[in-house]
Amino acid sequence: MVSTKVTVVEKILSTNDRLAGINRQNLSDHGVLGINLMASPGAGKTSFILETIKRMKVNYKIGVIEGDTAPVTIDADKITAAGMPAVQINTGGDCHLDASMVADGLNQLPLDLIDLLIVENVGNLICPAAWDLGTHLSLLVASIPEGDDKPYKYPNIYRGLNVLIINKVDLKPYVQFDMEYFRKGVEMLNPGLVTFAVSCRTGEGFDNWIEWLKHRISLK
Amino acid sequence: MHELSVTESILEIATSHAIKAGATKVTHINLVIGRLSSIVDDSVQFYWETMSEGTLCAGSILTFHRLPAILHCTICQNDYQIEQELIPCPKCGSYQTTIIGGEEFYVDSIEIEKDPENN
Repeated sequence: MVSTKVTVVEKILSTNDRLAGINRQNLSDHGVLGINLMASPGAGKTSFILETIKRMKVNYKIGVIEGDTAPVTIDADKITAAGMPAVQINTGGDCHLDASMVADGLNQLPLDLIDLLIVENVGNLICPAAWDLGTHLSLLVASIPEGDDKPYKYPNIYRGLNVLIINKVDLKPYVQFDMEYFRKGVEMLNPGLVTFAVSCRTGEGFDNWIEWLKHRISLK
Repeated sequence: MHELSVTESILEIATSHAIKAGATKVTHINLVIGRLSSIVDDSVQFYWETMSEGTLCAGSILTFHRLPAILHCTICQNDYQIEQELIPCPKCGSYQTTIIGGEEFYVDSIEIEKDPENN
C-alpha cells in the first residue's frame, strides 16, 4: 500500500456554483432579471415584494419563488392573490435555498412571460449568504427594529450584496437605531452598496427603488 | 444549519478526486476554512462519520485548517485580525477597510492509499 497526497483545491460549494451558473444563463436567455431576496424572519420580505408588485404590475410581469422551511403557502398565496405567478419551494427544514431548488422553481414558471424574478429566500442571515442561486442580483431587506449592529454581527450576508433595502424606516422615532453606525458597518463590508431606505407601510422611499429597478430591468 | 449539505459536497469532491487518482482508500481530507465562512466543525465531523460509511472515505480524518479574518485599513494601511464581531481599525478608528482574508472555503488536498502495482 502506498500513501500519497493529492492536491484538490476545489471550492466546497462548487457543484452548487456550477448549477447557479446554469440558472443564471437560463434567466438571461429568457430576458428575465433575477433577484435573490434575503432577510431575517420578520424583516418584511413578503410585504416588500407585494409593495413592489403593486407599483409595477401595470407594465411588468413578476414571478416569485417562495422559499419556506415548512409546507406553509401563506406567502405564495399572497403573491398569487396579487396576480403574479408564484412557486412555493419547501426546503424540508433546511435553512437556505440552493441552486438546484431554484432550478426546480424555474421549471414551473412561465419564464417567457416574466420580466423580473424574485426569489424569496428562507428568513435567515447566516446560511443563504453561502449559496449562489443563479440570480443576477442579491438583495437584503434589513429593518430598523432588528437593530443597527447587524452588519457587525452578520458580516457575510452583507459581503455579496448588490442592493440593500432598509425597511420600516417609519419606526425610527420609536426604536434606538443609529443610522450612521449601521451604514459605517455596511461600508466596511461592501463599499458603495446601492441602498434604499423604505417603509412598506407608508410607501416612503419606494419611488426611488422602483425607478432604479425599472432601469435595471431595461438593461437586460 | 447547513452543515449537512456542506458535508455532502465535501464527500462528493473527495470521492471524485480519489477515484481519479486510483485510490483504494482515503485517509485524510484537508479543508481550508476562513473565519468568515460560517461552518461548525463538530457538526460536519458528526455528519461525516455517518455519510462516509461504505464509501472510499470511510474512516478518514477531516482536518480543518482555520484562517483568520483579516481586514486592511485603507487609511493607515494597517492589517488587523477580527475574532468575532467586525470592528473598525484598532489603530486609527477608520471604517474604510477591505477584507483580505477569512472567506476561504475549499478542499485543499486529500491523502490516499493505493495499490503499488496500479501506480
